[in-house]
Amino acid sequence: MTTKSIDLSLEIWRQKDSKATGDFETYTLQNISTDMSFLEMLDVLNENLTREGRDPVAFDHDCREGICGMCGAVVNGIAHGPEPETTLCQLHMRHFNSGDTLVIEPFRSRAFPIMKDLITDRSALDRIIQAGGYVSVNTGGAPDGNAIPIPSTTAELAMDAASCIGCGACVASCPNGAAMLFTGAKISQLSLLSQGQPERKERAMAMVTAMDKEGFGNCTNERECEAVCPKGISIRNIAIMNREYVKASVLG
Amino acid sequence: MELKSNVPAGPLADKWDNHRFSSKLVNPANRRKYKAIVVGTGLAGASASATLAEQGYDVSTFCIQDSPRRAHSIAAQGGINAAKNYQNDGDSIYRLFYDTIKGGDFRSREANVYRLAQVSNNIIDQCVAQGVPFAREYGGTLANRSFGGAQVSRTFYARGQTGQQLLLGAYSALSRQIKAAKVTMHTRQEMMELVLVDGTARGIVTRDIISGKLTSHSADVVILATGGYGNAYFLSTNAMASNVTAAWRAHKKGAGFANPCFVQIHPTCIPVHGSYQSKLTLMSESLRNDGRVWVPKKPGDTRKPASIPEEERDYYLENKYPSFGNLVPRDVASRNAKEQCDAGKGVGSTQLAVYLDFAEAIRRDGEATILKKYGNLFQMYEKITDSNPLDEPMMIYPAVHYTMGGLWVDYNLMTTIPGLFAIGECNFSDHGANRLGASALMQGLADGYFIIGNTIANYLGSTPLDAVDTEHPQFPQAEKQVQDRIAKLLKNSEGGPEGKITVDDIHKELGLLLWDHCGMSRDKEGLEKALTELPAIQEKFWKHVYIPGSGEELNQSLERAGRLADFLEFAEIMIRDALAREESCGCHLREESQTEENEAKRDDNNYSHVAVWEYQGESKEPTLHKEELSFENVTPSQRSYK
Ligand SMILES: Cc1cc2nc3c(=O)[nH]c(=O)nc-3n(C[C@H](O)[C@H](O)[C@H](O)COP(=O)(O)OP(=O)(O)OC[C@H]3O[C@@H](n4cnc5c(N)ncnc54)[C@H](O)[C@@H]3O)c2cc1C
Ligand code: FES
Repeated sequence: MTTKSIDLSLEIWRQKDSKATGDFETYTLQNISTDMSFLEMLDVLNENLTREGRDPVAFDHDCREGICGMCGAVVNGIAHGPEPETTLCQLHMRHFNSGDTLVIEPFRSRAFPIMKDLITDRSALDRIIQAGGYVSVNTGGAPDGNAIPIPSTTAELAMDAASCIGCGACVASCPNGAAMLFTGAKISQLSLLSQGQPERKERAMAMVTAMDKEGFGNCTNERECEAVCPKGISIRNIAIMNREYVKASVLG
Repeated sequence: MELKSNVPAGPLADKWDNHRFSSKLVNPANRRKYKAIVVGTGLAGASASATLAEQGYDVSTFCIQDSPRRAHSIAAQGGINAAKNYQNDGDSIYRLFYDTIKGGDFRSREANVYRLAQVSNNIIDQCVAQGVPFAREYGGTLANRSFGGAQVSRTFYARGQTGQQLLLGAYSALSRQIKAAKVTMHTRQEMMELVLVDGTARGIVTRDIISGKLTSHSADVVILATGGYGNAYFLSTNAMASNVTAAWRAHKKGAGFANPCFVQIHPTCIPVHGSYQSKLTLMSESLRNDGRVWVPKKPGDTRKPASIPEEERDYYLENKYPSFGNLVPRDVASRNAKEQCDAGKGVGSTQLAVYLDFAEAIRRDGEATILKKYGNLFQMYEKITDSNPLDEPMMIYPAVHYTMGGLWVDYNLMTTIPGLFAIGECNFSDHGANRLGASALMQGLADGYFIIGNTIANYLGSTPLDAVDTEHPQFPQAEKQVQDRIAKLLKNSEGGPEGKITVDDIHKELGLLLWDHCGMSRDKEGLEKALTELPAIQEKFWKHVYIPGSGEELNQSLERAGRLADFLEFAEIMIRDALAREESCGCHLREESQTEENEAKRDDNNYSHVAVWEYQGESKEPTLHKEELSFENVTPSQRSYK
C-alpha cells in the first residue's frame, strides 16, 4: 500500500436547477491523496470552493459503501468511473494519475431530469417498482418461513438479481436509455421464487408497461448496462424479462 | 414529565396478548378518516407505512433521500435474529429475550424485550412471503448462522446484504400501497419541526430539499422512524444523512430523550486514513473468529508488521482475556484497541489502528479455507485500502456504529407527547446499554410491522381528537420558526467566506470532543471538560460558519448545517447523561467504576434506571427524570470475560 499525492484537472457539469442550461466548468485540485474515495475528492473540492465563496458542486450520496445506490456520475464517459463493479463512492483515487483530466457529468437520460449539477431525478425507477415489483401480501397472514422449501441454488439466483441497488447507471450508459436491466432484475427475482408465482404475469405486463410510459428506451443488445453495473447484474435478466413478458401477453 | 411505561399486567408471556385484547380498535370503515404521518423509510418507517396503509389508514410518508429504498437500513450486513429454533439447538422466545436483556446489561424493560422476541418469528415469515431471498440450505429450508457471540444459530441472512434485502422487502410493500394511493410518498423532504396542538402531536413542517419550500402537513398521529444519531461524532458507520434533527425537534417540544449517552462503538472498522475522511466502513465482526489482534510491544515501532518478531508483539486480547481471547464482546475489544493506541502502540500512518492478523489461521487451515470464509470481506478491504489481508495483517480501529439511546417511549411506543410515536433506532426501547448483533433489524421490523398498528389503533380508539388542518395557527407559527432558523444559519454568509469556517470544520471539532470524552470510556474530569468546551464550539458555529447559497434552492451545505446545529445542542445532553451515570455498563466504561481487575462495574443499586432528559428552554439546564427498571423474571448478573 503506497499512498501518493496527485494533481488533477476536473471538468464538471454545472447546472443551477432543472430549468437552467448547464455547462462544464474547469477546476484544479492539488495534493489529492490516492487513499481518498472519489466522493472524498469531491468533498475536498467543495470545501475549497466554499472557502473561496463559490458554489460547491451538488452531488447525491448517502451510504458511501456501495449499497444505497444514491451516488453516481459519469466519469470520462463511464457511469461510476473506470473500475468494474464499483460505485462512485467505492472508487478510489489510486486508480488515477497525477495530471489526469476527469470529465464528470450527471447520469443523463430522458427519464432522469437533471435537478442540479450532478443530481438527477430517478423517481421513474420507483414508479416501475410501484407498478408491480412486489408480492401482494399484507402484514400478518404469512405462512411459516419454512412452509415452502426453495432450493438453495434458486435462492442464490434470486439473490443475484435482487442485489440491484437501483442507481440507474444501466440507464445512463444505455445508448437507448433503457431501464431493462433494472426492471428485468426485479422481474426475474420474483419469477424465480414460489412466492412470486401468483402475480407473475400481471407483474411482467405492468412493469414493462410502466417502463415504456416513463420514457425509457428499448434494448438493442448493446450490453453497456451490464458493463457498468456496480453489482454485476447479468444481462440474462433482460432475456428472462422478455420471456416473462411474451408469455404473459401471448398466453394471457 | 410523567414517565408511565404502561406495561400491561399479567405474566410476561401473556402481556402482549392481554394488551391487544384490552386495546381499543378502530372500525375498518373509519380508518380512512385518520391521517398518519410517518417520517422515515428505513426498516421501521417503511414497514409501518405499508402496514398502516394496508389496515386502511390515510398515510403520508417522508424521507430525505430521493427514494424510500435508500434509507440507512440498506447498509446492514450481518443478519436478523429470530427465535424460530429451526436449528433445534435449544433456542426459544425466552432465550432470545434473555440474551437481549442480558446483552443490554440489564438496562431495558423486560416487557418490551419479551414482546420483541415474541414477534421476531412473524418477521421472518413476513419477509419470506414478500420474496426476500434469504440464504437456504440444500434441502430448501432457511439457513441460519450464529452471530455476535450467540450460542445458538438464530440469525437469518441474505449474503452480506441482509439490510438491503429486508429494506427492499419493506419498500416493495410500501410501493404497493403508494400505487394503491393509500400512502402519499414525499421524497427529498426533511422534517424541520413538529407541530403540537393543545399538547398533542398534530403535524410536521418539512423543507423540500430541491426547492427549499416549506410545507405544513397535519395528521392525527405522527410516527418518527428517523434512525440513530451516531453522526454526532462526525465519523461513524452511519450513512451521511443520518441525523438527530427530527428527534431533537420533538425533544424541544416536550418529548423525553432517554439514555442519550448509550452509543455502541464497533471494534472492527477500517481505520481513519486522513483528515478528509468522510465516514467509516464496518468490517464484519466474524473476522475476529480467525484473526488475531496485536500491536508492537514497543511504542512508536514503525517497522513493517512482517519485520516485527513474535516476541516483540503484544497479542493483548489473548493475554488479558485468556478464555475469550480475540472474541471478547464489542465494547471490550473496542476499549482495549483505543487503550493500546493511546499508549503509543497504534500502527499505520495515523497510529490509530491495531493489527488483525490471519497469518496463523492461514497456516493452520490453508488459504482456500480462509478465503472461502472471508473472501468478500478481504476484497472489500483491499478495494478501500489497497492492501491484501492474505499478505499483511489487516488494520482495524473502533468506530461509532449504533445508538441505543433515543426518544423515550412507553410500551405502546408513544413518546411523552401524546400522538407522537417513535420506532426503530430512533427510540430507546429494547437494547438497554448495548445492542446485540442482528437485533436492530429485528426491532425496526417488529415495531413497524407488528406493534405500531395495534398501539395506534388503541390511541385513536381511545383519544377524542378535534379536527385540525394546516390552517390552524400552530402551523404557520411552526413554519415561521423554521424560516427564522434558516435565516439565522445563513446570516454569516453575507460578507463572504473571509475569516469564516465551513460546516464540516465545526462538525469535525464536535466529533473529536465527543470521541475523546464521551466515547467508549469516560470519566468525570473529561466529561466536565467536554461540557465546558462545548459552548465555545456552539458559539463558533453560530458566529463564523459560512454557508454559500440561499435557502430557496437545493443547498447541501445548508442541509448539513441544519443537522449540525441540532447535533451541537444534542451533544449537551449526551455529555450530561454520561456524567450523571456514574457506573460502567453496556458499551461504556466509566473510569471511576471498575472492578479490581479493571473491568466494567455496573451499579444496580444506583443506576438501574432509564435516564430521561426533559428540555427546559434555551440556555436552561435540562432536567433528568428516571424510569426505574424492575426485573421480575430475570436476575441481573455481572459480566465477566476473564
Ligand atoms: C454498517 C452497518 C451495518 C449494520 N448491520 C446490522 C446487522 O447486520 N443487523 C442488525 O440488526 N443491525 C445492523 N445495523 C443497524 C441497523 O442497520 C440500523 O439500526 C437500522 O437499520 C435502523 O433502521 P431505522 O428504520 O430505525 O432507521 P434508518 O434506516 O436510519 O432510516 C431513517 C429514515 O429516516 C429518514 N429521516 C431521518 N431524518 C429525517 C428528517 N428530519 N426528515 C425526514 N426524514 C428523515 C431517512 O431519510 C430514512 O428514511 C447496522 C448498521 C450499520 C451502520
Ligand atoms: S453512496 Fe451509497 S452507493 Fe454510493
